[in-house]
Amino acid sequence: MTRDLPVRDVAVVAFAQTDHRRTSEELSEVEMLMPVLHAVLAQTGLKTADIGFTCSGSSDYLAGRAFSFTLALDGVGAWPPISESHVEMDGAWALYEAWTKLLTGDADTALVYSYGKSSPGPLRDVLTRQLDPYYVAPLWPDSVALAALQAQALIDAGDTDEPALATVAARSRDDATANSHAQLRGSVPQGEYVVRPLRTGDCPPIGDGAAAVILAAGERARELCDRPAWIRGIDHRIEAHGLGVRDLTDSPSTRLAAEKAGAFERPVDTAELHAPFTSQEVVLRKALKLDGSVRVNPSGGALAANPVMAAGLIRVGEAAARIHRSESDRALAHATSGPCLQQNLVAVLEGDPR
Amino acid sequence: MPEVLKAPLVVEFPFTRSLGPVQGAFLTGLRERVVLGVRTSDGRTLVPPVEYDPVTAEEIRDLVEVAPTGTVTTWAWNHAPRRDQPLDTPFAWALVRLDGADTALLHALDAPGPDAVHTGMRVRVRWAEERVGAITDIACFEPYDDSPNGGGPAEPAHHTGEFEDPVTGIVAPARLDYTYSPGRAQTAYINALADRRNVGERCPSCRKVYVPPRGACPTCGVATLEQVEVGPRGTVTTFCIVNIKAKNLDIEVPYVYAHIALDGADLALHGRIGGIPYDQVRMGLRVEPVWTEGARYPDHYRPTGEPDADYDTYKELV
Repeated sequence: MTRDLPVRDVAVVAFAQTDHRRTSEELSEVEMLMPVLHAVLAQTGLKTADIGFTCSGSSDYLAGRAFSFTLALDGVGAWPPISESHVEMDGAWALYEAWTKLLTGDADTALVYSYGKSSPGPLRDVLTRQLDPYYVAPLWPDSVALAALQAQALIDAGDTDEPALATVAARSRDDATANSHAQLRGSVPQGEYVVRPLRTGDCPPIGDGAAAVILAAGERARELCDRPAWIRGIDHRIEAHGLGVRDLTDSPSTRLAAEKAGAFERPVDTAELHAPFTSQEVVLRKALKLDGSVRVNPSGGALAANPVMAAGLIRVGEAAARIHRSESDRALAHATSGPCLQQNLVAVLEGDPR
Repeated sequence: MPEVLKAPLVVEFPFTRSLGPVQGAFLTGLRERVVLGVRTSDGRTLVPPVEYDPVTAEEIRDLVEVAPTGTVTTWAWNHAPRRDQPLDTPFAWALVRLDGADTALLHALDAPGPDAVHTGMRVRVRWAEERVGAITDIACFEPYDDSPNGGGPAEPAHHTGEFEDPVTGIVAPARLDYTYSPGRAQTAYINALADRRNVGERCPSCRKVYVPPRGACPTCGVATLEQVEVGPRGTVTTFCIVNIKAKNLDIEVPYVYAHIALDGADLALHGRIGGIPYDQVRMGLRVEPVWTEGARYPDHYRPTGEPDADYDTYKELV
């Protein structure tokens, strides 16, 4: 099978994130975000005025603040006027938009950032507002409940069981001990059922955080980074919104996005999967055909820190950072959005041969 | 570090949504205790029905009645129901494939406990007492014995989907309760304002003083940390005359709402102008805040009686 390769080489050249915490109530959104923007720019020596395109991802529903992304722009320093865009989605989709912008040749560098302050609101209920407003949202099925329906379907299908899910939880928090930004690290009890069959340990922590990456094209990437993480392919796909229409034990959208991104052309050594719930890692491993040779979520993944709207971008950033540090040569990054892995983005990143 | 300010913030809307021919028929059907699905061109029946085939995107309008009984395809036990969920006692969330349907419907299942629920179990609709044409006309599902002793399986009638007085819209109330905290810069501003002082912050790069401060210089993208007291007097830089009374606002119209550059500030804030006929307010008018007893912010601004400011002194702030 042949695949059209991107018309231009674009790489992730820098990545920064906050420490993710249960609350950042002493900071406004821009106060939380700004240090991350400064950190990611400092890695490359670029200033805002040097950036060709800026794109962000966030949702006003999280903190209940209308047009919060315009206030967040204060932290960028958008004067003289910059070329800028925003998606009401996880920052991974902002990265996708920035990548396409760089492919057009209109820009050589892009700043991508996202942030989420979940602490001010009832996150489980807030996320119900993204559901079908006619048949589903009036029932207020919270985010854990929907993930639990998926988990039970996996258990019924024989794809997993509660001890296997606990293993995913333990491995993630154990790996997170090496990640100073993570919110949940080390030994975390599986705890009681939140919505059965999911226990507290199967669920992501609720918290606040932000992340940013810089993209650069061609030689510009080599100037800015010793070992750029080249985006060999990136694609995103969505499934029907009706939960009862889908096979919740599979993720055809992830598989198709991965195929379009070239993930199956050669094995990857690392995968950063955006699986907020343990059971969703089971689905993603199956869809992406990841075997035991692939290092999955060395950062601890979303089970260790899940700042909504930033957690997907962080997967891309973590995968890229491992390539920057020469800990990976070819990595897969995945981001998800919507209930039960409804929409999925897959990027394949590579470093130059060592 | 000063105590973090917090205040409750309720975001609440009654969303009014219109229904198309398929959703309208489905929700009208629920009002009449009839469950309708929609047939796709390859012969599948989708419940709940949608207007476009989720696989082919083809427009589909062929409504068919299905039974109010069905089978659980997956479930999850909710031991702590949340506000606005269908039942206020512990229940199971369930996807239910109704008899005659090929897809499953999400709803609550009332059962004594998780041990009484399993995938594959038979359930039936429990109708709400009062039905208005909404998904909540199904109160929930309940376990159902469809052995001959239990009454046998329910047979759907063959309803056409045509109803008297069809439902054409729903009003879906949505309320989310937040606890708002304004962050470092605005907390300092609000605390100072409680002492009737206007404290802005200066950008270390461009030296502009922002009031109210938001913690970052929007021009330079750096933190503003140096606190600078400004005002209390200021200059009207521009204004408008408000002729429409706002809901829940006890101010007689017309009144003037103005941008006011406090002395020492590089950004105008806004406030109401009083103590002067509305048609005499002008750019350059010098004003000062008027406080009411116990208020945390000025009620309005009034003329100081000073000569008007020269345009050149505030033109950068218009």
